[in-house]
Amino acid sequence: MAPTNEILLRIRGLRIEGRAGHVWNEIVHGVDLDLHKGEVLGLIGESGAGKSTIGLAAMGFTRDGCRISGGSVEFDGVDLTKSSEGYRRQLRGKRIAYVAQSAAASFNPAHKLIDQYTEMPVEHGVLTKREAEQEAVTLYRQLQLPNPEEIGFRYPHQVSGGQLQRAMTAMAMSCHPDLIIFDEPTTALDVTTQIEVLSAIRDAVAQYGTAAIYITHDLAVVAQMADRVLVLLKGDPVEEAPTREMLSHPKEDYTKSLWAVREFRTEPKPAPAPDAVPAVRVANVTAAYGPITVLRNVTFDIHTGRTVAVVGESGSGKSTTARCITGLLPPVEGLIEIEGQVMPGDYRSRTKNQLRQAQMIYQMADTALNPRQRIRDIIGRPIEFYLGLKGKKKEERIRALLDEIELEPDAYIDRLPSELSGGQKQRIGIARALAAEPSFIICDEVTSALDQLVAEGILRLLDKIQKEFNLAYMFITHDLATVRSIADEVVVMKEGLVVEQGPKEEMFTPPHHAYTDLLLSSVPEMDPDWLDHLLEERRAKGISP
Amino acid sequence: MPPVLRMILQRLGLGLLTLFVVSILISVAIELLPGDLAQQILGQTATPENLAAFRKEVGLDQDPVTRYFTWLGGAIQGDFGVSMASRRPIADLIANRLYNTLFLALYAAAIAVPLAVTLGLLAALYRNSLYDRAVNVFTLGSISTPEFFVAYILILWLVHGAGLFGVLSTIPTDATFGQQIEATTLPAITLTLVVTAHMMRMTRAAIINLLASPYIEMARLKGIPRYKVILRHALPNALAPIINVIAINLAYLITGVVIVEQVFTYPGLGGLMVDSVSKQDATVVQACCLIFASVYILLNLIADVLSIVTNPRLLHPK
Repeated sequence: MAPTNEILLRIRGLRIEGRAGHVWNEIVHGVDLDLHKGEVLGLIGESGAGKSTIGLAAMGFTRDGCRISGGSVEFDGVDLTKSSEGYRRQLRGKRIAYVAQSAAASFNPAHKLIDQYTEMPVEHGVLTKREAEQEAVTLYRQLQLPNPEEIGFRYPHQVSGGQLQRAMTAMAMSCHPDLIIFDEPTTALDVTTQIEVLSAIRDAVAQYGTAAIYITHDLAVVAQMADRVLVLLKGDPVEEAPTREMLSHPKEDYTKSLWAVREFRTEPKPAPAPDAVPAVRVANVTAAYGPITVLRNVTFDIHTGRTVAVVGESGSGKSTTARCITGLLPPVEGLIEIEGQVMPGDYRSRTKNQLRQAQMIYQMADTALNPRQRIRDIIGRPIEFYLGLKGKKKEERIRALLDEIELEPDAYIDRLPSELSGGQKQRIGIARALAAEPSFIICDEVTSALDQLVAEGILRLLDKIQKEFNLAYMFITHDLATVRSIADEVVVMKEGLVVEQGPKEEMFTPPHHAYTDLLLSSVPEMDPDWLDHLLEERRAKGISP
Repeated sequence: MPPVLRMILQRLGLGLLTLFVVSILISVAIELLPGDLAQQILGQTATPENLAAFRKEVGLDQDPVTRYFTWLGGAIQGDFGVSMASRRPIADLIANRLYNTLFLALYAAAIAVPLAVTLGLLAALYRNSLYDRAVNVFTLGSISTPEFFVAYILILWLVHGAGLFGVLSTIPTDATFGQQIEATTLPAITLTLVVTAHMMRMTRAAIINLLASPYIEMARLKGIPRYKVILRHALPNALAPIINVIAINLAYLITGVVIVEQVFTYPGLGGLMVDSVSKQDATVVQACCLIFASVYILLNLIADVLSIVTNPRLLHPK
């Protein structure tokens, strides 16, 4: 159904405050927003932009520690900021529904999917439990869930992430609401799964003429989903325009910078000499967790000064390979060589010098840094442990490393991790890895928890450091844009096997292995027609989306 | 074998092993008691012949290991040997006392558990309200007051003030159920006041701990009323910690009520054990210890099993 001129949601001068200790800080500074019936509005911005907060405010809801301090949220003519909690509760679920980012966390683990589905229509008196159960099957089928008759009787942990996300969309539609808030519904999913969820959501929304607010940080996704886009920056609206117009002619500098992020490319490096000893050689590695084999015959080389990107969906064995290289998981068969030297399989049998050579940077800088240690200790520890430096020499080294990662030593050396931003924490993670003076660093999804601009900064830093110290990188990622930016070679993994590997240029030019093709073609593009074309193409080839 | 069943059997095996180890510890501890048991029971005036005969009668002439296994073999069949002091079979001595103890514990639990869980749920529902604070102050106050003091206050108010109940909880052997309830109400209320705070606070904390979960936010965004969010979405996921704290308190109600028994002169197992310790009646002390240990292990085992079967991830594997 096309958007009508009738206004469903009108937000005016919305201000929201968040509490930090005893102080209230404004986090949304006066946002205006109109949504027509049947229209899909994309809310886009980096983390901290206030997207989710605004999305929830559209339901008259604020999280604990937040409050609406000004403005109005008119839904169907009634200002939710002034209405009673009882009235708002009546609306929630029935007329405005919500689809959360992580379906796995947002489904109650104690109840079956179908019971969580029927709860809402029954509570709001829209349908009886039996009617709701029957409708659930229809919606499950429409959202292309496998076994629609039976899947509702499973518990959330028995269903995969992509299926859960669709089940949550079905649940949101159970009362045929006028408006659904989609809060990053595909962010936690693999690209190949994302396609299925995107197309299912889009079809369902179109069929019922539901209006939607689609919150995401991914421009390419919003291009597929939204009629109109509103860009936010730190709680302020930046720019608003119909999707196609915004994509082709962004006006504001901030919007343009968002668009430009994906342009970053490292300089191509000369190919390694044919007889060069690789920095790391993974040779025929097979590994298992207990009786379950998770890696089979994995073989690839990483040469000094070069970056190998290991890509694949979750569960493909990317991180397990890293665990084998570092000795955390001794391989069942096969060898790990570093600088031509065969490493003992178990890290406990490796010498300090062998351990020093391979370092790691982690995805969640938050959990990888000890929250009770100051930066001085976090970086100082490997310096002392591996290099035996103490006192003044250690201090000098820490300061040099902070300079290296572009953080002012005097300002940061005595801070705790909680006093840093996400990007700064990741920089400390890099400094800690560098402190050991390794020849090889494993970067495990180091940018996937970061905003695009921040992530780009990290990629540039890693590139600079690589050139300076002639480091070999193994770059684990599921994000192909990152691969395009930084990789020299690409290894594609699936279900514990290497499906295809080669230089980046070759990997990004056809012909591909069928799986690489699926992976590459699933990465959303800025073209608003991309999803339509892709689905058409796949249907023509007879592949299910 | 389904994993849940295997887990339960594992826990059961571990429980039995623990009990075995505890039985050894008890025997060793009794063995280490200073002095000659026979001499102490019979007194300084006993002749060597008398002592020898006594030792033979209660088995003190055998070596400790044989004695332990004879005792263990008997205990498994419910025969704890004879009391050193009274020469009566311990099983007879204990049976009635154990019944009384269990009766009082169950009575107190029947009041305390529903009360504590309800108060805890309400406190979570109306978090930081006046009600929440009042309940917290009251229960914390009652748990911080020594049991005997609570008991005397209750006697002062309810017996001397309001004229309800009798001061003593001695029970005639042919008492009817009604009489028994009447005799034990005062100690049961005392115990309720003592154990409620712990369970109530744990229930409140377990629920509040979950209120920040995404699925609770989801339930609220579905427009589910608050009390249903708590009952239907938070409580089922908070059962494991709540069950555990209930089990600990039940164990306490059975094994830790000596003082309350003394205040009300209630003929329970705790009193028997204290008497026996002062009489140096080693075999009775040993039997009481074993029963108390079994109660602890059994209740913790039940709590473990219930925690397993209330976890859908374990109950419904992929």
